[in-house]
Order: sequence, then C-alpha cells, then structure tokens
Amino acid sequence: MVFSCEALKKKITKELNASHVVSSSRRSESSSLRGFTLLVVAVGLVVRWAVAVGPHSGQGRPPMFGDYEAQRHWQEVTLELPLRQWYANSSRNDLGYWGLDYPPLTAYHSWALGHAARALDPAFVAPHHSRGVEHDVHRLFMRASVLVAELAVYLPPLLLYTRDLKTNPVLAVLYPGLILIDHGHFQYNCISLGLTLAAVVALKRRRLALGSVFFSLAINYKQMSLYHSLPFFCYLLGVCLRQPTWAAALSKLVKIALAVVLTFAFVWAPFLYPNPADVLQVLHRIFPVARGLYEDKVASSWCAISVVVKVQNVLPRTWLTLLCLVTTLGVVLPSNLLLLRQPNNKNLLLSLFISSLGFFLFSYHVHEKSILLPATAAILLLPHHLVSATWFLAISTYSLLPLMVKDKMVVQWAALLVLFVAVAAKMMPPANSAFLRTARKISLGGSIFLVLAQAVVTPPQRYPDIFPLLNSIFSCAHFLGFLIYAYWVQFRTESKQHAN
Amino acid sequence: MIWFVYGLLSCFKLLLVPAYRSTDFEVHRNWLAVTHSLPLKQWYTDETSPWTLDYPPLFAWFEYLLSQVAAFFDPEMLRVSNLNYASNATVLFQRLSVIITDAFLAYGTKECCSFIRASGVRKSSRWTLTWGSPISVLALLVLGNAGLLMVDHIHFQYNGFLLGILLISIARMLQGKYLSSAAWFSALLNLKHLFLYVAPAYGVYLLRNYCLCDSEEPESRGFWILGGKRLSISRVTKLACIGGLICFASFGPFIFAGQFGQVFSRLFPFKRGLCHSYWAPNFWALYNAADKIAVIVGKRLGFPIVSNSAVMTGGLVQEFEHTVLPSISPKVTFVCSVVTMLPALIKLWLSPANPLHFVRCIVLCAFSSFMFGWHVHEKAVLLMIIPLSLLAVLWRKEARIYLLLSTVGNYSLTPLLFTPLEIPLKGLLVLCHAVYAFVQLHQMFNLQKGSILRLPLLNRFESVYTLGLAPLFLYQHALHGALFGAALPFLPLLLTSTYCALGVTYCWAVFYFHFLFSGNHKRKIH
Repeated sequence: MVFSCEALKKKITKELNASHVVSSSRRSESSSLRGFTLLVVAVGLVVRWAVAVGPHSGQGRPPMFGDYEAQRHWQEVTLELPLRQWYANSSRNDLGYWGLDYPPLTAYHSWALGHAARALDPAFVAPHHSRGVEHDVHRLFMRASVLVAELAVYLPPLLLYTRDLKTNPVLAVLYPGLILIDHGHFQYNCISLGLTLAAVVALKRRRLALGSVFFSLAINYKQMSLYHSLPFFCYLLGVCLRQPTWAAALSKLVKIALAVVLTFAFVWAPFLYPNPADVLQVLHRIFPVARGLYEDKVASSWCAISVVVKVQNVLPRTWLTLLCLVTTLGVVLPSNLLLLRQPNNKNLLLSLFISSLGFFLFSYHVHEKSILLPATAAILLLPHHLVSATWFLAISTYSLLPLMVKDKMVVQWAALLVLFVAVAAKMMPPANSAFLRTARKISLGGSIFLVLAQAVVTPPQRYPDIFPLLNSIFSCAHFLGFLIYAYWVQFRTESKQHAN
Repeated sequence: MIWFVYGLLSCFKLLLVPAYRSTDFEVHRNWLAVTHSLPLKQWYTDETSPWTLDYPPLFAWFEYLLSQVAAFFDPEMLRVSNLNYASNATVLFQRLSVIITDAFLAYGTKECCSFIRASGVRKSSRWTLTWGSPISVLALLVLGNAGLLMVDHIHFQYNGFLLGILLISIARMLQGKYLSSAAWFSALLNLKHLFLYVAPAYGVYLLRNYCLCDSEEPESRGFWILGGKRLSISRVTKLACIGGLICFASFGPFIFAGQFGQVFSRLFPFKRGLCHSYWAPNFWALYNAADKIAVIVGKRLGFPIVSNSAVMTGGLVQEFEHTVLPSISPKVTFVCSVVTMLPALIKLWLSPANPLHFVRCIVLCAFSSFMFGWHVHEKAVLLMIIPLSLLAVLWRKEARIYLLLSTVGNYSLTPLLFTPLEIPLKGLLVLCHAVYAFVQLHQMFNLQKGSILRLPLLNRFESVYTLGLAPLFLYQHALHGALFGAALPFLPLLLTSTYCALGVTYCWAVFYFHFLFSGNHKRKIH
C-alpha cells in the first residue's frame, strides 16, 4: 500500500521538516539583514562625524559668519526674548543679523537647544557677547545636536521604509548631499526631511491622518517643504475621492483636515493666543518676497537661461513672480492631476520628485540646498529605479560644488561623492542599452572634466563666475532630463495600466 | 576587490584630513625637513627641533623620498627651522602620504588573502559571496581597523605602511618563499626597530624550516643536527647575505660617514620610564594599579607608608618609584619578556612545516613584549591585532580571541585622541569596527543568535566585559567631569588602562593556552 498510514505520516513529517528548514533559514536571513542594517547605521554615523570634524559655513569669517552662527544666534534670541518678539525687529533683536526666518517649530527647537547650551556653558548663548562663538567644545555641542536630530528623526523612517521593501539601505544612508549640508555646512534639514519620510511611510501603511500630521510638522519646521505639499494634498484628496460612498469619503476628509488643522493650531498657538496679528509678522519673515530670483549660482533654469537673457532685468518683479508661478504650475500640475486620479504609492513618489524638482527649477528665489527635497524623493525611489535615482543623487551632490568651494569642503565633497558612486557602481546591474552607457559616460566624464578644469584653470577676468555658472548649467541640464524621464516613467506605466 | 576596499577606505580617510593631529605630525614634518635640506652627516645629529630622528636609517631614506614630492606641495615645510609649520598644503601632503603608503597594507593583505584562498585551509560555502567571503572580511578587518584609522589618520603615524610590510613578509613565509620573507622582514627592521620583538619567531621558524633540511635534499651539505636533519650551509649563507645586504644598504652611508655610533644611540635610548605617560594596557599597568591600591588600602589600615606624591599618569612624569611593591628595572622586564616568549618558540620549533603556527608565534612574541616590555607604547597593541585578523577568519576559537582583543585593544587606543570633536569620532570608530567584526564573524561561523548580554562567539563573562567598555567611555568623557570637575585628572586614564589591561591579559592567557595545548595539527597546510 502506497497510502498507508505510516507512509503518509512519513511524508507529512518530511514536509513539515522542510517548511521548518525554510522558515529557519528565512529567520537567519532576516537576522543577517538586521546585522547589516546595524552596520550601515554605524558606518553612516562614522562618516557623518568624520565630516563634522571638518569646517562649517562661515568658520572664522566675521562679521556675519554663516549658517552655523545663524543657528547658534537663534538659540540665543529665542532664549533671551519672550516668544512674541522672536520674529520682530527691535533693539534687542537685530533682524539684519541672522533674524529668525524659519517657521515656529524651528524656533522651538532652537529654544530647546538653547536651554541645553546654557546648561553646558552660559557663554554659548550669552546675549550679544556670544556672537561668533565657535571653539571646539561649542562645535562638539552643535555637531552633536545635528547627529542626535538625524538619529531621532531622519534615520528611523528611512530604515523602516527600506525594511518594508527589504532593500539595502546603504545608498540611502550614505547620500552625500544631506551629509555635507547638515554635518558640514551646518543645517537641520534632516528634521524636516525626516518628517516628510515619516509621512510617506505612514501613508504607505494607510495611516492617512498620521501621515498628514507628520507632513504638517515638516512644513512647520522649514517652509521649503512646501515644495512637497502639492503631491501630499493630491494623494490625500485622491484617496478620499476613491472611497466607495460619499459618507466614507467625507469622514476620511474630515479626519485628515482635522489632523492638519489641529497640528497647525498646536504649533502656532503661542503666537495666536492674545494677539493673532503677530502671526502676520511671522509669515512676513518666513515668506520674503523682496529677494532675488535665485541665490548665487544655483542650478535653476532661470540661472541657466541668464546666459542668454537675464529675465530679472527684462521683466518687472510682479511679472517675474507671475512668470515663475505659471511655469512652475505648468510643469508640476499634470503629474499631480494624475496622482489625484490614481493615488497609489508609486505615483506619490514620482509626483513628489517631479513637484519638488519642478519648484527647484522654475520657482522664485531658489537656494542650492533646495535640491535636497527632490533628492529625498529620489532616495524613496531608490528601491524602484536604482540606476536613475542613484544617478540623480550623484548629480544633485555635484550641483553643490560652488557651495562647497565657499565652505572649503571640496575634499570632503569629492571623497563622499566618489565613495557614493563607487558603492553604487558595485550594486548596479550592467547597463543593457548602448544609449544609457554613452549617457552615463558623458555625464561622468563631463563632471570630472569640469572639476579638473576648475582645479587647473584660473577663470578669465571678464567672467570671474564662469565655473559656478558652467556647473549650474551642467547640473540644470541633467535635472531637466531627469524631470522629463520621471514624467515618462509616470505616464508610461499609467498608459500600460490602461491597456491592461 | 581588495583595491576597491582600499579605495573606499581612502575616501573615508580623506574626510579625516582636517581632524586633530598630534605632535607626531610635527615630528614627521621635521624629519622631512631634516632629510631634505641637511647633508647626510647631520641627519642624526641635528637638534633644531626636540623631535630628533630616532627611527632606523631606512625610514630616514623613506622620509627623504617623501620630501622630494613634498617640495611640489609646499617647499616651506622643508625648512628645518620652520618649527610647527602646518599650512593647508602641508597637512594635505602629509595626510595623503599616509593614505597612499597604506597601499602596502592593502598589498600585504591581498597576498595573505590569496594564500588563504589557494591553501584550502578554510572550507566554507561562503567563498562565492562578494562581501561575506573570508578574504573580503579579512580585507575589511585589516584595512578598516579602527585602531589604525585612529593612530595613522588622526593621531598621525605610518603604522599601516609598516604593518603592511610585515604582512607581505608573513605572506611570503606562508607561501614558502623564505628568502623573500626574510628580505621584507629585514627591510622592516630597518624601517622601525620596534619589530625586533617578533624577530625570535622569524629566527626559529627560518632555522627549523629553511636552514634545516632532510639529507635527501640537494642543498643538504652541512652539519648534522638531529633526527636526520642537516644544517644547510648554503641556505644559512643565503639568508645572512640577504639580511646583511639590506642592512648595509640602509646603514652603509652612515657607517661611511662615521655616524654609526650616533645613529645607534638615537635608536636605543635607555632613559625612559617603565611606562609611557599613559599606561599601555599591559602587565605593568596592573602592577602599578596594584601598587596604588596597596598604598590607599595601607593608609586606611594605618600602615606608615611614605608615598611620593608623583602623579603617575598625569602628564610628562617619565619615571616613578613604586611605593609598596618592588620597583622594576629594565633587566626584569627583558627577562620576563624572553621567558614568556620561550614556550611559544619551543612549540614552534617542535611543529615544523606549519606556517600558521608561525603567525600565531608572531602574535605571541608581540604579546609577550607588549605585556612585559620596558616603556611600551599603547600603539604596539596593533602588532598583535593585525596578524591575529588573519587567523580570525580561519578558526572559530581565534575569531573569539580576535573579537575580544580587537575591541579592547582599539578601545585602549582612544586616550590618544582627547580633543572635544574627536571624542564621538573615536567612540564611533571603535563601535563601527566592533559591529562589523561581530556581525561578519558571527555569520561566517554560522552560530546561534546571541542575546542582549551574550555577544556572538563570546561567553557571558566576556560579553559583559566587552559591553562594559560603553559605560567606561561615558564615565571617562561625561560622568567624571560632572562628578569631580577638574579633580582627580588621572582617574579616568587609570581606569581605562587597568580595565583594558585585564582584557588584554585575559586574551593573552587564553591564546597562549590555545596555542600550546590544543591539537589543531590535524588541519595543517602543505
């Protein structure tokens, strides 16, 4: 008898054992992934601190110093003055010297750090006398505060995201742009970007209200996060609209709206309470319209076009802002409308990328550091589009070169960029199309050529800014290409889905 | 693969260019200047800077070569009178010189790796992996060693270059190329005479396995020794010629210049104290600590103890007398070192044709001289850790000792860096190396998962000890200042060196026992 009791029992035990073996090997795989993640985090931290021992922006350059001094000054101001006067010009608060121009959450963060600083050494934040403090112990404190912020806010959602997708976090953790700006130049971008990542992770796990809370906090930390707001809005609205019944849609919408309104109210309450007009002053500080079209030589398209025609000299300011608004919206809207119609995860990430890149390229008053916003979206896209996302991340780091020259961090910049590209190259599948191979060669060769040219050639006297300008044109051309490619990816898959 | 790792780590090392650098930076700048702008006669007599040349002549030649390149970066650094000169170009050049000469370390590791791969001594399914294969792990353990990164690329020295030459020499020995190995080693001795500590292992191994040969071999003319072995005269002559030639190339010009005595007196100054200003974690650290404790306890119990209040680890005090325990003379340390080396050397003699035993014996010789040597520097711990990495990827027991020793040893190097910004850096570097070593070796030996108080491969006692380094670090850098302010400045250092000395001594004992008594001759090579 083939199907005797004995034989069946044997067969079943065998199957059970086999499944046991599979599950145990899977467990060891996950434990090895955990060990690997721990290692990546440790390496990431070492690399960050190795950058942190280097120079920061405006180091030893009075009277204005740089962003490092700005952050320290905010600690001093928020600690010294009552909340109402933080954003107002007064004899005790000279807004001309690094006046606070970020939203309240940054101010609260500075206030908390200010308390820590005072506990360590009152001289760090002594009113007026502490300007330009930057000795080693103070640097230790400031650098540690960024590392702690990144450990607490940025890395957890990033690692959750890569764990969910079972991918290797090494490229995401070693992205040079954020490391150089936060731990070298000195800023706290990791907080607003980390909150944005947390929002995406929450949305991916269908926690819409939580996601909108996170994103509202991100906006309230740094207004630059508004570049990302359109896709979040379209996604949330799209999800609500797709509910089967009107009642369900409405209840979802109310829930999300409530979450957003409450978060904003909570953050702004101290400014709202006795005299709501204070808010206007804060808003005026946060959104200055009186600034230029772009700052320094940034890889925005207006800067690139300026070689042919200086738009800001031809058009009056009101027209200029209108022009910016129209082009930016024109570039950004199609992607967001698609997201509104099909609010899925893939469209959300692509729209985040397209919107922030569109804003970077076409909007009014752009900083070179704003490239971190599309870069964050690209980090999220890494698991899906390894080659193009890595390429974008590399070029976005490249575009920071003029800033790094100013901060005397070229060695760090080059080292991190080479490290990143080398690690990425090991992970990359071989390029299968000749076009892609050539494009990569041109991109890599072009950037190396430009860097070497800057190192060797002194710019002619007539064009002292020729190299920063060439850098921004080079980067801008790439960014336009990536924008078009992202559009192509988003609409191609959309049409495929339709065909199915 | 190994060059890729070297490239990656070089990028990381570049980040450390602006980091803290010790007076050793000025030492090497001065040597560049001395060798570049003074005639050979004055190299070992110049006293413009307090940091006179006290490495053997081949190292002086090495500095001479470097100084030729340095002239392109900033000729100002090559002026002897330009003391403490550190322009950006100077810093960049000196840092780059360390990073680039680390290529020797990479090459040495590569040679050891290719031997391990070819010998088939380690059977594993992991050879096909890119990053998990034993040689990749070895490459990262050696090239990414946290101690080397701290000592060479922050503190500033050329240990990577020197240990690289040691690894090349070891690799040649493993491959059975005895003459080439001897040549590399004598070059190494002429670069830094500290490596004399491991010379006994070389002597015994070469004598037993190269100079003695069976009577059937063609080169066997010579004296009978024992058991059918003959001392081959031709081989002894070859060895002596090679060693002599290299020493002559290095010392020769100085002998002709009548400088030999001067060079020699610079190389062996017997004026220093038993321990360096910060105690290296060896036996004498424990001895000193015991003396201190005896004084305190004795005073409590009311014994009349006359204490000389010299602060022992407080600063530049180079000599001090023990109060309760007998004072130690250089002879005692020498005898202790030699006596503790002997059993290992005898074992090496008794087990011929086992090149891995040669590596073990090198580690043990370095250990003995580290444990009992006179005026040992804490950096000498690298001389044990680096060769031990080679064994760590092969055997589980040695992996265990490696994990413990590398973590404690790297930690014991952290007092070298004391500036505020480098404090997190050194902690993270040690942590990073430890995490990598534990994760990779754990996976390589495919063991059960550890728990919170049980690190992979270690037993509970060792795990708790290793984890105890974290609170020690916190105490040293935060708690002590909060508790005592500026009082008792030597206490954190004393705690560190005593705590580390316990671990290092334990490793030494376990490893010695393992080498002498465990019978892993079954897995010999050749």
